[in-house]
Amino acid sequence: MKWEVVIGLETHAQLSTAAKIFSGAPTAFGAAPNTQASAVDIALPGVLPVLNRGAVERAIRFGLAVGATIHRRSVFARKNYFYPDLPKGYQISQYEIPIVQGGSLSIATPAGEKIVRLTRAHLEEDAGKSLHEDYHGMTGIDLNRAGTPLLEIVSEPDLRSAVEAVTYAKRLHALVKWIGICDGNMQEGSFRCDANVSVRREGATTLGTRCEIKNLNSFRFMQQAIEYEVRRQIELIDDGGAVVQETRLFDPGRGETRPMRSKEDAQDYRYFPDPDLPPLAIDDAWIERVRAGMPELPEAMRERFVFEYALQAQDAVALTADRETARYFETAAKSLAAPVERTGKLVANWVLGELSAALNRDERAIGAAPVRADQLAALLRRIADGTISGKIAKDVFDAMWTGEHGGDADAIIAAKGLEQISDAGAIEKIVDDVLAANAAIAAEFRAGKEKALQSLVGKAMAATKGKADPAQVNATLRRKLSN
Amino acid sequence: MLDAPITELSASLRAKRFSSVELAQASLDRIASLNPALNAFITVDPERALADAKAADALIATGSALPLLGIPIAHKDILATAGMRTTCGSRMLANYTSPFDAHVVDRLARAGTVLIGKTNMDEFAMGSSSETSHFGPVRNPWHRDYVPGGSSGGTAAAVAARLVPGATGTDTGGSIRQPAAMSGICGLKPTYGVCSRFGLVAFASSLDQAGPLARTAHDLALLLNAMAGHDVRDSTSLDRPIEDYARMLLMERDARPLAGVRIGLPAEYFGAGIDPGVAQAIDGALAELRRQGAITVELALPNVGLSVPVYYVIAPAEASSNLSRFDGVRYGHRAAAYTDLADMYRKTRAEGFGAEVRRRILVGTYVLSHGYYDAYYRKAQQVRRLIADDFRRAYAQCDVIAGPTAPTAAFRIGAISDDPVAMYLNDIFTTAANLTGSPALSIPCGFDASGLPIGLQLQGPAFAEARLLDVAHRFQQATDWHRRVPTMAGNA
Repeated sequence: MKWEVVIGLETHAQLSTAAKIFSGAPTAFGAAPNTQASAVDIALPGVLPVLNRGAVERAIRFGLAVGATIHRRSVFARKNYFYPDLPKGYQISQYEIPIVQGGSLSIATPAGEKIVRLTRAHLEEDAGKSLHEDYHGMTGIDLNRAGTPLLEIVSEPDLRSAVEAVTYAKRLHALVKWIGICDGNMQEGSFRCDANVSVRREGATTLGTRCEIKNLNSFRFMQQAIEYEVRRQIELIDDGGAVVQETRLFDPGRGETRPMRSKEDAQDYRYFPDPDLPPLAIDDAWIERVRAGMPELPEAMRERFVFEYALQAQDAVALTADRETARYFETAAKSLAAPVERTGKLVANWVLGELSAALNRDERAIGAAPVRADQLAALLRRIADGTISGKIAKDVFDAMWTGEHGGDADAIIAAKGLEQISDAGAIEKIVDDVLAANAAIAAEFRAGKEKALQSLVGKAMAATKGKADPAQVNATLRRKLSN
Repeated sequence: MLDAPITELSASLRAKRFSSVELAQASLDRIASLNPALNAFITVDPERALADAKAADALIATGSALPLLGIPIAHKDILATAGMRTTCGSRMLANYTSPFDAHVVDRLARAGTVLIGKTNMDEFAMGSSSETSHFGPVRNPWHRDYVPGGSSGGTAAAVAARLVPGATGTDTGGSIRQPAAMSGICGLKPTYGVCSRFGLVAFASSLDQAGPLARTAHDLALLLNAMAGHDVRDSTSLDRPIEDYARMLLMERDARPLAGVRIGLPAEYFGAGIDPGVAQAIDGALAELRRQGAITVELALPNVGLSVPVYYVIAPAEASSNLSRFDGVRYGHRAAAYTDLADMYRKTRAEGFGAEVRRRILVGTYVLSHGYYDAYYRKAQQVRRLIADDFRRAYAQCDVIAGPTAPTAAFRIGAISDDPVAMYLNDIFTTAANLTGSPALSIPCGFDASGLPIGLQLQGPAFAEARLLDVAHRFQQATDWHRRVPTMAGNA
């Protein structure tokens, strides 16, 4: 009998505010321990939380991006538990009424587009860090992270495989970066996922018992952890056992999940509305202001690219993977200003080809590319108008990349004498020289060996150091050989 | 010198009849002679007090007319004071000094007051007798075998015994008004949000409010003028125009100054369980108010009897969470020896907290726990709304509600300290104002057969402070209960 895998993800996205969610302390990563913890963050007696409206604004932005309901009134609640890196003995979160409810995200699967429903997204504060090394058997506490704003995004159990879960997580990761609410830095913990995994017999209508896998801080680990967990659960049931609801941790070294705490040990968090914070009221005007400041979303941009620049859907998807790439493409395409039906494809090929390869090679972000979008457009203009061939253009691009002539394509072409030879007389002369020097090859072609022509073209191109227009050389050769 | 209210002391300072340094020294001398018996103060800082007073004298010399300039005061030891320890009457914080001032502390300092010290209190403000302090019980200046009320009992005793002319308290379920009543002085709990809670170590966040205790209604108004004001560090602090709480007191009125004021008398405040001496004193006070032109209106608050049970669900619930931060990790008491983290928590909190605090943490944890939340906490919040509705309807018929502050005068130390329910019933008339967030004050209105003072409580709708103070002031213009000097205080 076949098994169906059921997965829901809980994602903590660190919101990109300069200050913490309930104090004015900075959120920057990597400072010396406890140097970014204010009186509020360390919970001195008498301090009170004050909500950072920037965090709220980012949550609204997310809600709008996923088509969710933004609750006009949401409530902060205290989640009570004791832990040394939780200074107040409770975490301020949202419980009964979150700021964002519902919404969805579409992901690409082999079977086509799939809609993943979102349950909710709520605001909360992060805890500090317990440091178990370097303290001679004691535990160090770093409260720099305490109070960092998080948006916890909860999906419905709509995902059916580890691959789908990773696709969803990547899609969500791209979206939060796209709308500028999270830097998405997974190494620094800015984007981390917990997966709720269960299995059931295909066709079953009730959910199996789930396990929650905590703190999956890379997509690779997520896939490994879920795949391991699915295997574990199926084998357990096949062997006559039953899955026990519990929280598990993924051990990347061993590639397996292991129990962290069972449902029986689950704490009673004694949630109740935080009396220090009035209910969060959001009026329509605020939502409209946020909406007005929203960037064009990737789906909309993708469709527009296909329509406006005559791109293949696949290229449009790749170009809208992140906002900087999309912006680079569109700046270059607009700057080129030739009929876009023709040049859109050319720009897309270069952005996704040469540029992308060079960025990868140098480990640079597109925002830090040495060749600006308008400079690339200047180069592509010379391909489009026939001044240089695509092959020569790659050499010019390399020169631009290293900053020759200030990255000015025309200056490099002129200085290196790379203009394409397209003068009919000149090409005629070159072809005549090649034919005279390679009579044997010419004879092979005439005898019906079509491939021989390519050899002749190659020799003509070599003679011009690649500057001749290959199409023109080809045509001239054919004409002369058929005479 | 210290027998005079703040209004007179202020006039004398400006007239240079004595200096602020002399006044502070007089306060310190009285504390030195009377505090060993009263135990009203946990901390006294003579050096700082005299330095503050010297600075005040310099300002007075420049002709500054700040009404509180140079006046010695004290703060309840639950309000954070930079450079002077803030213990909350607990072993947990016995050596804790805050790096910042509470907003009200800062406001009173800017008003030119001279900080003498910090007053004793029930541990973390949990109590109605000031017996649960780690620093020992406070004694009532009217009779040292009696409690001064609580939890702001140190402040009440200090003001009643003329150690300082005014001081701060905090009121979560009556902790300003009940000790004011039992110590024969005046105390005001403002509307929730009028005084910032920043720096007030939280007991029950939705109920806590700081306020003044003093010997006249006029002094309360001057102190509240300094304490009130919006504070961005407290999200529940109200951003509203500044008002002069003394403005109605200063209006010239004829022989019937309370003409037209409607005073509501809820049947529930005049029923069984009230000490006959208290009932008699309240009747006398009401007669005086009527004599001044007030109209009394009989009304009903059908749900007000549920105030104490509702309060003793909500306050412990919030407290159980608020006091979680005292875990021995970052500051405060930590057990000397422990086996692991759980053991460190257990021992630290068992040693650091007294019995009443532990009891309330247990109750609060219980009412918030899974399976009990709806039956207790949520239900209590629903009833809280019903109580507020009762008061809203009542204020359609009256301007002020009057009644006893507490059902009895002060009781003997130890008499009910082992009976929490009897202790909680002290709050029967006071908790409603905290649950509804509305202002209420207590003023002296007589004595019982044992010569212990009795308080009249006046409550009003939100922001009715000026009205309540006006009624109290007019009452005090025609009576002298507030001028009586406690036996232990001798000649001030």
